[in-house]
Amino acid sequence: MTSKHAKAFYFSIESLWVAAACASPCVQKCDTHRLDDAPPTKSVLTRDDGLKYYRTMQVIRRMELKADQLYKQKIIRGFCHLYDGQEACAVGIEAGINVTDHLITAYRAHGFAYTRGVPVKEILAELTGRRGGCAKGKGGSMHMYAKNFYGGNGIVGAQVPLGAGVALACKYLGTDQVCAALYGDGAANQGQIFEAYNMASLWKLPCIFICENNKYGMGTSVERASASTEYYKRGDFIPGLRVDGMDILCVKEATKFAADLCRAGKGPIVMELQTYRYHGHSMSDPGVSYRTREEIQEVRSKSDPISLLKDRMLSNNMASVEELKEIDVQVRKEIEEAAQFATTDPEPPLEDLCNHIFYNDVPLEVRGTLPWVKLKSVS
Amino acid sequence: MAAAVRFLLKSAACSKASNVTNGVHSGLGPASLRLSPKCDPHSRTQTRHAAHFTFQADPTPTEYGQTQKMNLFQSITSALDNTLSKDPTAVIFGEDVAFGGVFRCTVGLRDKYGQDRVFNTPLCEQGIVGFGIGIAVTGATAVAEIQFADYIYPAFDQIVNEAAKYRYRSGNLFDCGSLTIRAPWGCVGHGSLYHSQSPEAFFAHCPGVKIVIPRSPVQAKGLLLSCIEDKNPCIFFEPKILYRAAVEQVPVEPYHIPLSQAEVLQEGSDVTLVAWGTQVHVMREVANMAQEKLGVSCELIDLQTILPWDTDTVCKVRCSSILYLICVSEEGQFNIYFLFIKSFHIITWAASSSNTSI
Repeated sequence: MTSKHAKAFYFSIESLWVAAACASPCVQKCDTHRLDDAPPTKSVLTRDDGLKYYRTMQVIRRMELKADQLYKQKIIRGFCHLYDGQEACAVGIEAGINVTDHLITAYRAHGFAYTRGVPVKEILAELTGRRGGCAKGKGGSMHMYAKNFYGGNGIVGAQVPLGAGVALACKYLGTDQVCAALYGDGAANQGQIFEAYNMASLWKLPCIFICENNKYGMGTSVERASASTEYYKRGDFIPGLRVDGMDILCVKEATKFAADLCRAGKGPIVMELQTYRYHGHSMSDPGVSYRTREEIQEVRSKSDPISLLKDRMLSNNMASVEELKEIDVQVRKEIEEAAQFATTDPEPPLEDLCNHIFYNDVPLEVRGTLPWVKLKSVS
Repeated sequence: MAAAVRFLLKSAACSKASNVTNGVHSGLGPASLRLSPKCDPHSRTQTRHAAHFTFQADPTPTEYGQTQKMNLFQSITSALDNTLSKDPTAVIFGEDVAFGGVFRCTVGLRDKYGQDRVFNTPLCEQGIVGFGIGIAVTGATAVAEIQFADYIYPAFDQIVNEAAKYRYRSGNLFDCGSLTIRAPWGCVGHGSLYHSQSPEAFFAHCPGVKIVIPRSPVQAKGLLLSCIEDKNPCIFFEPKILYRAAVEQVPVEPYHIPLSQAEVLQEGSDVTLVAWGTQVHVMREVANMAQEKLGVSCELIDLQTILPWDTDTVCKVRCSSILYLICVSEEGQFNIYFLFIKSFHIITWAASSSNTSI
């Protein structure tokens, strides 16, 4: 074959390459507690879904890294708790529930804000405190909300009884909806969580309690904080699942299983997602004084959620390397534009400072920093 | 008259605002923030340009022996070190205290005194305080740390219903007097909703607990040691903005500053200013400004113990026939506490003198 023919031959091979539309990769079996069934060990993944999950996880990853950069430039101030490393949890949970279902989480909420429908530019603008932010610039990192997404909560563990309450409303109103109430391994020792477990189980509420176990509560490892680190069993009388939180398909199947159980009226369920965060607890925590850099590196190289999905898709011929690279480029561009918006949008006006304290028909006067300085509060 | 006072303070505050702008540019005060360049500093609405105060150190005390330069968190560590060394039953616990604490108040104590005496608790404030009450009831000295005063609310029931009422409801058979709860308190500039709160007013209506807030390292060590020794459960709020900003010469040996004794920092005859914690330093500046620019003589009182507060010092009858009382605190708009002090003062005054004009 002459070189000219060889080139033509290879060209035609490339144009014949067709991505596989569907695959059924295996996922790890979940440990169960008080359950006769378990989520399936094979997950059907379509090409479209695969690309969607990849893109979503990549957006969250790049958005968090951009937030890190903006924080170090002092454009984002205050507190910032980053979610990189845990993307499979947010994206997998969203894949397992419906848009009409409800979700509530703690302060590591940027990923969930995105999966629940807040555009990236509104998330970044909220972090930079501008009027284009999803909470009008007044909420910041820990207070982002969307339809059926109840935040974004600063006090550890306080969101779990709230989630149980939302589940009660779902049952009471006769909708087929569930509520996913998330918390971390540190919060798992809060008393109010056990109160919520009891009420949810007593009244058979459609509540999925999800513990995102990233091995460290701020700087305290789980072994030093909890008498039992089997968080999926902590609900005791509530059935539980332990899930590989770095594998998006495992999270998706487990969430679907849990949601189906709740929709069938079989009451609450506890899900423990075993995951990892690359950053420290917050931007003021370097994250290496209580764990080694080698540990972080090992998780990055062996269990990174985006890499795992990418490898799966490539090995099942569901996408090409170039296609995924193209998605990366698009995502970077989208994040850059969002960051540009977030840094140039103006701050909210002073008149907005005191609004929405109470619900009131007439404007309320609020004392400013001095007794005769009155600010108006309108709702 | 009231209008005159308001005018007086308003002009003081306005001068303060312009000084503040200068202060920001000259880099005064570690607590200054900068407004975004997009906001117009000359807008007609009242705009706060920066959070500003300058810590003003007291003269070095000479009556307590050798002193060492310490900031607020170091003076707390020194007080805790003295306690652990003198009192074999003393234990310190809370979230992350073992490695030294998020504000470094317990650095070195675990290494020095052992993991049985300085230990971490899991993330459960209600549990921490309940546990502390239990330790104190048996007679051991318990120093519980709540990581931020903003997180003290899960423990509110334990403090108000259990700790405060133990002695009373058991007819003095039991008490948890050897419990002291410490928490970082007050605004810091970037703390927002949950790292800036000043919850002393919530506890100020609860007989049975004592609430103490120091203004400086020397005061902090003396007051904390008094709280620990005091046979009543005490809540000790530490102004977090002063942890590094406040530096003084602090005595190395233990010493006690009495509780429920307000300190008159500056004598004056026209207006009485009452404050606690960080605001004492703000009021010092205000008093100086009022004197310089308006010729108003201000008396400044540091309340120190919020409950039970020193009514005698604050309500002492003055020679002047006209007296104004201004209370300054970092609490929110709806706090009742300083209104209570003001009303108490007015009632006392009205009862004792017929020549008053308020």
